[in-house]
Amino acid sequence: MAGLVTALLAVAALAALPALGAGAGMAKVFGTIVPYVAVAIFVAGFIKKVIGWASTPQPFSIATTGGQQYSLPWVKQAKFDNPSTPGQTFIRMALEVLCFRSLFRNTKLDNRPEEGRVAYGSDKSLWLFSLMFHYSFLIVFIRHFRFFLEPVPMVITGVEFVDSILQIGVPTLYLTDVFFVVGVTFLLARRIYDPKVNYISLASDFFPLFLILAIALSGIYMRYFAKVDVIAIKQLVIGLVSFKPVIPPNIDWSFYMHFFLVCVLWAYFPFSKLMHLGGVFLSPTRNLPNNTRMERYINPWNDPSIKPHSYADYEDDFREKMIEAGLPVDKEA
Amino acid sequence: MSKMAPPEEVMNVNYSTPAEPWMDVKPEFKLGNYSYPGKPDVLKYLGLPNPRDWNPEEEDWKLPPDWREIITDGFRELLKKYRSLKVFMDVCVRCGACADKCHFYIGSGDPKNMPVLRAELLRSIYRGEFTVAAKILGKLAGARKLEEDVIKEWFMYFYQCTQCRRCSLYCPYGIDTAEITFLARDLMNRIGVNINWILEPVANCNRTGNHLGIQPHAFKDMMDFLVDDIETITGRRVEPTFHRKGAEILFITPSGDIFAEPGIYTFMGYLLLFDYLDLDVTWSTYASEGGNFGSFTNDKWMKKLNAKMYHEAQRLGVKYIIGGECGHMWRVLNQFMDTMNGPADFLEVPKSPITGTVFNNAKSTKMIHLVEFTADLIKNNKLKLDKSRNAGIVATWHDSCNTSRGMGFFDEPRYVLQNVVEKFVDMPSQTIREQTFCCGGGAGLNNGEFTEMRLRGGLPRGNALNYVQEKFGVNTMSCICAIDRATLPGLADYWAPGVTVTGLHELVGNALVFEGEEERTMNLRQEDLPGIEGSEEEE
Ligand code: SF4
Ligand code: SF4
Repeated sequence: MAGLVTALLAVAALAALPALGAGAGMAKVFGTIVPYVAVAIFVAGFIKKVIGWASTPQPFSIATTGGQQYSLPWVKQAKFDNPSTPGQTFIRMALEVLCFRSLFRNTKLDNRPEEGRVAYGSDKSLWLFSLMFHYSFLIVFIRHFRFFLEPVPMVITGVEFVDSILQIGVPTLYLTDVFFVVGVTFLLARRIYDPKVNYISLASDFFPLFLILAIALSGIYMRYFAKVDVIAIKQLVIGLVSFKPVIPPNIDWSFYMHFFLVCVLWAYFPFSKLMHLGGVFLSPTRNLPNNTRMERYINPWNDPSIKPHSYADYEDDFREKMIEAGLPVDKEA
Repeated sequence: MSKMAPPEEVMNVNYSTPAEPWMDVKPEFKLGNYSYPGKPDVLKYLGLPNPRDWNPEEEDWKLPPDWREIITDGFRELLKKYRSLKVFMDVCVRCGACADKCHFYIGSGDPKNMPVLRAELLRSIYRGEFTVAAKILGKLAGARKLEEDVIKEWFMYFYQCTQCRRCSLYCPYGIDTAEITFLARDLMNRIGVNINWILEPVANCNRTGNHLGIQPHAFKDMMDFLVDDIETITGRRVEPTFHRKGAEILFITPSGDIFAEPGIYTFMGYLLLFDYLDLDVTWSTYASEGGNFGSFTNDKWMKKLNAKMYHEAQRLGVKYIIGGECGHMWRVLNQFMDTMNGPADFLEVPKSPITGTVFNNAKSTKMIHLVEFTADLIKNNKLKLDKSRNAGIVATWHDSCNTSRGMGFFDEPRYVLQNVVEKFVDMPSQTIREQTFCCGGGAGLNNGEFTEMRLRGGLPRGNALNYVQEKFGVNTMSCICAIDRATLPGLADYWAPGVTVTGLHELVGNALVFEGEEERTMNLRQEDLPGIEGSEEEE
């Protein structure tokens, strides 16, 4: 509970900062300095972390196998759950990263002592809502490219078109905005109401959820309620990406709030569990093939000086008894 | 062991979470939930630090004065050596997908047996010691200080993990708590916090070649005893050889198979099969342990014990190695052996002398699983099998964790089993194959004092077994792991009384029909074959 409250207060404070500050003549800080610093931290932090992982040796090939191995020719291999070639492993990884394959497998414990049985029901809720959350996030992110790409590429207008296909309200409602909020809300609710998940949750688990929710809500407020001046915002953003920052007047405070929270997310990213974005590609139980009997895997720090207790020493220890028992020996006593 | 409550009561697990945050809950050591510490002379023999007498139930664990530095330095070292550790420390999102997957959590309801929290025990120290942000934010960011209580907690929970990897299967990032447990145990060994049922077997394997410390002559005696039994049962005198130079194949199996029931029946099955095929195979007393207790200790001992296999194969000049029915042995063989002790360029790619099949899946390690070998024989019609010798058996299959999630060995053993018994039923799909449940005794936890916790952890396996027993009349559970053969009988007695545990080659041995053989009246357990009631008296 302490974690939840702390995280919520932290996000509220962070949201209040630009809302108050930007009006009080600090638009320049929030519109130029903060985003540059945040992006710099993100890029440097992300790279540092990934290099840190990648430069650490993976001593053993430890694939977690999820199906039948490559074996005799008449035994059907589960190629993508138990890959034995790099190609199959690539597909396994793609399924993992793009479809959340392992989460799809999720089950839920259902212990019914009265009936004397314990069952494991399929549970796809976490899979469904995480998928919804991550994909909406991705699409929203892509949609935002129109703010600094001129002319706006076809792909992005295409995504927008599909996204707003229902044509509800003015400005038209993006479906992903809805899915996005539903996704985060589910993840948050689960963290609060599932006792197991609640028990393991830290402030650092609640914080990114609140932060992302705040980003979504402030974005929605800007677009649908405050109906901010998009042309002015685009001017600001293009100024930023072309390294000629300008602060156009008439930008609503809600933009600075939204933008600042996004910057906080950038800067927070490399130091947090959000790095699972990079880490998922480096997980040795998933990105290695199960071919360790076929191909020798090399451990860079394998120590050749570690030798077995040798047969010769063993025989020295037991020679008489071995001879007596009629076991062959290398050296007679 | 304290008196165990009946299954109905044990099933009634309390899954509610405590009111206090987990960092404030201290572990409570009670007979039955921990294993006895390593004995000083064993530690001395192995050259492990801080040999002493100590008792986990007492306040003072007699840690070395500089234990904090030893742990932090060791942690730093492992983070540099293992990408797995580094990534697993960083990327867990605490989604809880793994939480209810662990048999020890399912059976105990103790939240620290949720794999995610088990890993957090280590991760909280990682954050506190090695990450800047968490150092500043402290508890809020899940960081904490390294105190003696943390070590006590590690001892409790990293020796309540059988490294079965079930959690890893479900984690969206493949975080493998078994790997974390492995490294946590390595760290604890550096300050003399360990358990005897791992270290004594390590010492024994090193010196005598097997975990029970059986000396070579005694090993041969036991083999002779089984050879006599085979003669009683089948009328055949099998003639296994030891240390025979120039043999084609070296055979290595877990030593549990030669020492205790029901493993010995499987052992007799091996001997019968080799005799049937007239296979050019030899045994070794020096490399007579397939199971690798080193892998429950640290990478050095894992490597050192495993190295005997190649060392002996080279000395004897065999062409390749066949391995028997064992779980951890195969995890180590499949995933580690070639890396640690290869390349085995003095051996040849295994090729069945009977069927000519080349085992390309073992072209680098040059070591195949006996079940692969047997499955190939059956497929090629090289074995005459009489299922009726196993009549009356309604069999189910226990997939051992290590051959399942560390190898992917599912269809070959089922194929063999279905060819030697008349009736076979699988347990419910969410408790078998890659989703299989542990026997509760892996990774060195099959010791006597841990029985109570092991039986609790056996809830999911036992319940699934009980289900097929009641529903389909299953009366036999077959498996290919020596730890299973040691622990599943107790589990079955408790959770599904009446179910017998067998190895696979025990059933093969029963079913094998030799040319011109005398009619068998008993199975390898010297029980009357069905329909031959009372034949023993008539003899
Ligand atoms: S499933 Fe993986 S990411 Fe989720 S809590 Fe467990 S270890 Fe962490
Ligand atoms: S490896 Fe097995 S015993 Fe260990 S935490 Fe995971 S599920 Fe539990």
